[in-house]
Amino acid sequence: MTTRKSGLGRGLEALIPSANKPTTDLQNRQNHGNGGSRMFRLIEPDGTVNDRLPVTVDEMKALYADMVEARTYDTKSMAMQRQGRLATYAPFHGQEAAQVGAAAALHDDDWVSGTYRDAALNWRAGYPWELLILGRTGDERGGQVPDGLNVLPPSITVGGHMIHAVGLGWAEKLKGTDVVTLTSFGDGATSEGDFHEAMNFAAVFQTPTVFFCQNNGYAISLPFEEQTKADSIAVKAEGYGMPGVQVDGNDVLAVLQAVREATALARSGGGPSLIEAVTYRMGPHTTADDPARYRQEDQDNFWGDRDPILRVRRLLEKQGEWTQEWHDSLEREASATIEAAVEWAESVPEPTVEEMMGRMFETITPPLREQLDQAKGEQDA
Amino acid sequence: MPEINLAQALNGALDAALDADERVVLLGEDIGRTGGVFRITDGLRERHGEQRVFDTPVAESGIVGAAFGMAVAGMRPVAELQFLGFSYPAYDQIINHVARIRNRTNHRFTAPMVIRVPYGGGIGAAEHHSESTEAIYAHIPGLKVVVPSTPHDARGLLLAAIEDPDPVLFLEPIRLYRAVKEDIPDIYYTVDIGPLRVERAGDDLTLISWGAMMKETRAAASVLENEDVSVEVLDLRTLAPMDRQGIVDSVNKTGRAVVVHEAPLTGGFGAEIAATIQAECLYSLNAPVERVTGWDTVFPLKRGERNYLPSVDRIVNAAHRTLED
Repeated sequence: MTTRKSGLGRGLEALIPSANKPTTDLQNRQNHGNGGSRMFRLIEPDGTVNDRLPVTVDEMKALYADMVEARTYDTKSMAMQRQGRLATYAPFHGQEAAQVGAAAALHDDDWVSGTYRDAALNWRAGYPWELLILGRTGDERGGQVPDGLNVLPPSITVGGHMIHAVGLGWAEKLKGTDVVTLTSFGDGATSEGDFHEAMNFAAVFQTPTVFFCQNNGYAISLPFEEQTKADSIAVKAEGYGMPGVQVDGNDVLAVLQAVREATALARSGGGPSLIEAVTYRMGPHTTADDPARYRQEDQDNFWGDRDPILRVRRLLEKQGEWTQEWHDSLEREASATIEAAVEWAESVPEPTVEEMMGRMFETITPPLREQLDQAKGEQDA
Repeated sequence: MPEINLAQALNGALDAALDADERVVLLGEDIGRTGGVFRITDGLRERHGEQRVFDTPVAESGIVGAAFGMAVAGMRPVAELQFLGFSYPAYDQIINHVARIRNRTNHRFTAPMVIRVPYGGGIGAAEHHSESTEAIYAHIPGLKVVVPSTPHDARGLLLAAIEDPDPVLFLEPIRLYRAVKEDIPDIYYTVDIGPLRVERAGDDLTLISWGAMMKETRAAASVLENEDVSVEVLDLRTLAPMDRQGIVDSVNKTGRAVVVHEAPLTGGFGAEIAATIQAECLYSLNAPVERVTGWDTVFPLKRGERNYLPSVDRIVNAAHRTLED
C-alpha cells in the first residue's frame, strides 16, 4: 500500500508501529482493508504480544468475559429469531473485539451513535440487554435508554447516524463539556454520501467525534474491493484533514488503545479522527441473508483462526490465566443473564394505541387526538 | 412603530431568540457573512458571534443531521436550507431521523429544532428554486409544518417554533418576504402553532390558503366583496397539525369553500382540506369544494411562471362556480 504518513499524525501517529513489522498473514486475497504493514496490533493471532499491554491481567480477563457474554447474546439472538421470538437480527459474531474494545475506552457520559450490528458496543457502553432485546422483539420502548445514558438506539438506515455524532459532539463543544462522541459504522456505510458530509463537517468544525469503522469485509454481499478503490478506509481521513489509523479489529487491546487515543485527542480539543478496525463478519448480514451465495469456506476458516475471543484465550493461556472451567462458567452466567433479559422483554405488555399516538409529539395534536378516539372506538366495537 | 416586512420580522425573531436562549444556534449555507440568500440572518453573526451563527459547507443532509445531533444533545438549533428544492438531499434526515427520534426512543430523546426553508415561485428564479412541495412534508408523522403569510405571524410563529419541544419545518414565502408590511410589536411574543387565523370574516364563501398564495387570495376576496359576496378568508398558517375544527366551523357557516395553493393539484394539501370538508360539512355544503392550484407540471422557468401560478382571476372564477350552486 502507499504510505500516507502525513495524514496519520496528531497523536494517533504513535499507533503506527514504527518497526514496520510486516503482517503478511493479512496481505493476501482474504484481506480487506489492505492493512499490510501499517496495521496497528498488540496481540498476534497466536496470542503472542507485540508490545507492552495497556491493561492488567484482570482487565484483560474482564474484556474476555465481556466478549463471551456478547457472543452468547449473539448466538441466542440468532436462535430466537429462528424460533420467531425476535425480529430480524443482524449478528456481530466475529466483531466482538472491535465492539467491546471500543466501548471499553469510553467515559460513562460519552455519546454513542451506532448501528443495528452494534449490540455488543451499545451494551458495553451501558445499554441494558433487556432494552436491546425488547427492541428486537419489535417494540419502540427498547429505544428508551435509561436516563443519563448517552447511547442512541441503533440506527437502522445506513450512514445517516454518522452526522448525528457530529452534531452531538458539536453541542458538547459549544456547551464546554469534555464529552466526546463515537459513531460506529461498517465499511458499507462509507459509500454513503453522509459519510462524506459527516467527516467533512467534523473536521471543519473540529467536533470531538471519533469515527469508528468496523470493516468486516462486506456490505451485505458486496466485497470490500468492490466498494472502494482506496487502499483502506483509514486513508480517507487524510482527505478530510483528520488523522486516520487502521487497527486489527480482532485484537481487543489494539482497538481499546486506538479508541482511547482518539477519544483523548477529541477530549482535549484536538478534533475528530477515524479508526478503521479490520474485522470479519462470521455470520450473515442478517437472519434474512444467505452468505453462502457470496463467500468461500476458506475465508471463514482463515478468519475463524483469527477469532477475537480465541486470540485472547491464547494470550491468557500463555500466562496460565485461562481454564476451560472458567470459560464454561462465563458462558453459563452469560446464558442465564441473557435468558433472564429475554424473559423480561417478553413479559412487557403489548404497546397500546395510546402509546403509539402519544409519542409522536410531546403533547398529542388535535388531529391525532381525534384519530386516537376513533381507533379506540373501533377497538372497543 | 415603523412598519416592517416579513423578512425583517423573521430577522427580528431570530435576533430575539438568540438573546433569549443561549441554547439557540443558527447554521446554514452563507447565513453568517452574507446573511443568507434572502438576508434573513443579516447582521446576526456580527451581533451574536461566530459561535452562535455558523456558516456551513454546502451539504443539506449534513446541516440537518448535525442540527439533529445538536438538538438531541440539548441545543435549540435553527437550520436554514436555501430553497425548498434544495431540501431533498436532507429528506432522509428529516423523515428518518428528525421526525422519528421521539417515537423510536419513546420520548427519551427529542429533536427540538427548526428547519427554515424559503419556498415558492413567482420571482423568476432558476430551476429548482420555486418549489412548493409542502405536502410531502405535511405527510410526515412527527413533523410540524408552519407557513406564515404576515410579518406578525412570521415573528410569532418562528419564536413558537424555536420554543417547540418538537421539530418544526418553517416555510417562508419568498414572494412575500418584502411584499407585505405591517406594524408589529417590537417585543418577544409567540403565535400558537396549530390554530388557523380568520383573516376576514364572512358568510357566503370560505377562501382557504396559506403562505405566498395568501396575496392572490386576499385580492380575490376584495374583488368578491365588491360584488357583494361576503367572503371569509382563512390563513391556515400551520399545515401540520392542521386546524380541522377551524376549517369545519367556517365552512359549516358559509356552505362553500375554495382552497388555493401554489403546489400541483394531485396529492396537494388542498386534497386533505377538501376531504376533511366533505367528511365533516356534508350537510352544510351548497356546492362542491373547489381547488385552485398549480398544475401537475414542473414549476416553469421565468417566462412561463404566469402560466402556472394561480391568479386572482382563477380564484374569483372558482368562487363564482361555487356560488352558482
